[in-house]
Amino acid sequence: MATTALDQQRAHAAAGHEPTGLWSWITTVDHKRIGILYGATAFTFFLMGGIEALLLRIQLGTPNNTFLSPETYNELFTMHGTTMIFLAIMPLSAAFFNFIIPLQIGARDVAFPRLNAFSYWVFLLGGLFLNASWLFGAAPDTGWFGYANLTSKQYSPGLHVDFWMLGLQTLGVASLAAAVNFFTTVLNMRAPGMKLMRMPIFTWMSFITQVLLLLAFPVITVALILLMFDRFFGTNFYVPTAGGDPLLWQHLFWIFGHPEVYILILPAFGIVSEVLPVFARKPLFGYAAMVFSGIFIAFLAFGVWAHHMFATGMGPIADTYFSLATMLIAIPTGVKIFNWLGTVWGGSIQYKTPMYFALAFVAMFIIGGLSGVMHGSPPADLQQTDTYFVVAHFHYVMFGGSIFGLAAGAYYWWPKMFGRMLDERLGKLHFWLMLIGFNLTFFPMHILGLNGMPRRVYTYPEGLGFEELNLLETISAFLLAASFAVFLYNIIKTWRGPRNAPADPWNAATLEWTIPSPPQEWNFAEIPVVHGRDPLWEAKREHGGPLPEPPKVSGAGIHMPNPSYWPLVTALGLSAMMSGLMLIHHLGPWGIIAGGAILLFGVFNWAFEPAG
Amino acid sequence: MTDTAHAGHLETATGLDNRKLAIWTFIGSECLFFASLISNYLVHKETWLTGPGPFPHEAWTSPAGKVFEPIIEIPLVTLGTALLLFSSLFVVLALANAQRGNRKGLLLWLGLTLLCGVFFVGMQVYEFTHFVHKGLTLKTNLFGGSFFVLTGFHGTHVTIGVIWLFTLWIEAFRGKIPPAKSLNLEIAALYWHFVDVVWVVIFPVVYLIK
Amino acid sequence: MDAHATSAEPERSHPSVGVYVRIGLVLFVLTALEVGLYEFTYGGHAGPAGAAIQPFFVPLLLLLSAGKFALVAMFYMHLKQDHRLFTGVFVFPLIIATVLILGLVVLEAYHFAFARAG
Repeated sequence: MATTALDQQRAHAAAGHEPTGLWSWITTVDHKRIGILYGATAFTFFLMGGIEALLLRIQLGTPNNTFLSPETYNELFTMHGTTMIFLAIMPLSAAFFNFIIPLQIGARDVAFPRLNAFSYWVFLLGGLFLNASWLFGAAPDTGWFGYANLTSKQYSPGLHVDFWMLGLQTLGVASLAAAVNFFTTVLNMRAPGMKLMRMPIFTWMSFITQVLLLLAFPVITVALILLMFDRFFGTNFYVPTAGGDPLLWQHLFWIFGHPEVYILILPAFGIVSEVLPVFARKPLFGYAAMVFSGIFIAFLAFGVWAHHMFATGMGPIADTYFSLATMLIAIPTGVKIFNWLGTVWGGSIQYKTPMYFALAFVAMFIIGGLSGVMHGSPPADLQQTDTYFVVAHFHYVMFGGSIFGLAAGAYYWWPKMFGRMLDERLGKLHFWLMLIGFNLTFFPMHILGLNGMPRRVYTYPEGLGFEELNLLETISAFLLAASFAVFLYNIIKTWRGPRNAPADPWNAATLEWTIPSPPQEWNFAEIPVVHGRDPLWEAKREHGGPLPEPPKVSGAGIHMPNPSYWPLVTALGLSAMMSGLMLIHHLGPWGIIAGGAILLFGVFNWAFEPAG
Repeated sequence: MTDTAHAGHLETATGLDNRKLAIWTFIGSECLFFASLISNYLVHKETWLTGPGPFPHEAWTSPAGKVFEPIIEIPLVTLGTALLLFSSLFVVLALANAQRGNRKGLLLWLGLTLLCGVFFVGMQVYEFTHFVHKGLTLKTNLFGGSFFVLTGFHGTHVTIGVIWLFTLWIEAFRGKIPPAKSLNLEIAALYWHFVDVVWVVIFPVVYLIK
Repeated sequence: MDAHATSAEPERSHPSVGVYVRIGLVLFVLTALEVGLYEFTYGGHAGPAGAAIQPFFVPLLLLLSAGKFALVAMFYMHLKQDHRLFTGVFVFPLIIATVLILGLVVLEAYHFAFARAG
């Protein structure tokens, strides 16, 4: 049955129709569809992580609150962090990598379309695996950083940590497969004339992100493998009573973890660097400086990990080195900020929703960046560590930075992705609610932190002066949540409207705006030839005004990769292996063997299937 | 094994094959994987002598008076090391034959590569069982844990390489690797050489350095 | 790095079988030297000279190992003739990996020597 459905789909595609129906989505290898799948899934997880945050805020709204038990509180803050990082921000960025990168470089798909589908399925299954822990009443409860030896069998005997470590391991496979794919895509699939130094800046920053993924994820993979051996097979890598070293976990985790925070922010840098020039009607100021500062940031990312560990007492030499290296990052980041300001300076600014979010991004990120430099100094850090000051800092970079940047991207590329314009008035309402809600939620945390309120603790006593600001934060958190309700309403409202977005609604500069909105399956009827950094602006200048709408064309004669369900089978095999590992004390090796057999079956059929 | 969307492109932007660039990217990523495992081994090496034996290079007497001799068998592992190095030579010879369209030569050298790989894995299985008999398991001490995990993951990579090369040997036997498709073998060979150079590092670090 | 410049260039030829075999022999000799070095420093043949070699043992061994690594990468993995991009994609992670190992060993050695000893 499956095969005939596939055949029908192929025949359909050959006739120039877009395939429809559930099966066409399950077997899709189209980067645009996979991008939409990533976006929809990640946004769902984002809402879940948001609800978790609201529950935490209700608990902290009043002193000595008993709304949540300490155990549930631990589960919620762990899952909030893990979800937002691995299931929301990273895959929301991946949604844009998928949809936008091939369009920006003038390609018809990524280098390995089926591997791309595999990445998505593994991500989805990993996310479901992690969240299945709620159903078993065993949600991870040791923080997103999972410090040893909180995670040891002795201190965490249940399934909580098992769900966390195997879920993250699965998600790591998805990230690595995607990183290999996009690294190759950016280097190899560029249209003629698209030299590296002509690539759109979003593609550049995403490319650097792939390098970070490739080099950082193997380290967390090993850290998690060691944890798994400690928990399942009785090794003592992180067990100090047996000579092991819990600090090793911290080192490995942060060797991954610091590049990881740049993995979360660099795509947003790229998005903002696309949006600002388009709405300021000026080319990006200092393109080369932008590219090289991005590379420099990524390079430094691997040399600063231990600034997360000043409190462990590494000694004056290590502290000095890591402190200086950390502060060095302020230089390339400052270069970026001044370039953004230089881009906007003297521009004829169009106040559209994406521009609002992009401008707010710059302001919010400066605040988060500055408090980051403050932690870079060990004596200051020793005062700030484990307080709400740190919580304030990373929400200013993760929310004020990444989420504002991603929101700018969502409003900017929405017409290209779905052929519909989002409502401007609702968009601006979303923006103002989000900006005010965000600042009122997180700015007071700086003050609470400096006044000594510890993070990760489920409540606080009366009379320490924490009450008013905490209540304000809780109320504002709901304002922040309301802003996303407006966003959802905006999506639903405009979805009912006509699909009438023009190809180039913003008068933009890059290749994705030269083709119809939404693009046809093959993206470019003819592969474009690129002569500069802003190909569409150059074309419009030559033409002496806006270009005519590009016509929809028949795809006859354009060869596209065949749909395939083997990536899904392979991903299912991998998930089955992870589940088998989890049940190793019940099933013996058989669960793993069964999963491995499915995996191998999927891989072989994948390898010998005609890719088209 | 031809999962590339060359749609519209006859040439890639760099002129390099997608799959070859991808395997190199993957190998680059794997450098960090093995570096982390080796770090784990070296970090614990600084302290494991406090735990119960046996140890790789040092004898240890238990409180009950039982003597555990140093456990590493250098001659056996030297043989394994040589096998892996020769397999690297054989696989380039197989590739050279594939590129020239000499199917017999391809089958011979690829077969020898496989044989070396299988013997290497066999050597490791023997070594692991031998160690377990001498009282060293994952749980015994930090040497046991970090040794088995490091060499075990390397052995897993060798095993995957053997399965991969065996699939290619069958393909070659069926005449499905003409010179135009020799890249299929070149990619597998790059992976195989990488697994070999990882052993080039593991061998002195684990077996020779005290 | 102007990638397009090389797109028309045919793949440069790989070295001959003779080169491969000679490299194989060198690799074998280097391995023998590694084991020999061990034998004469710590092993059954360690005479009075063994103690003299000891301070140089680890650097010498790592040097031999690095030599073997480089030979396999340059000749068997064809990095010497292939596109420089491949070298970059391999060597950059390799540098980070080496720094990572050194960094961790140094930090943990300090930790064990001072922090844990109290």
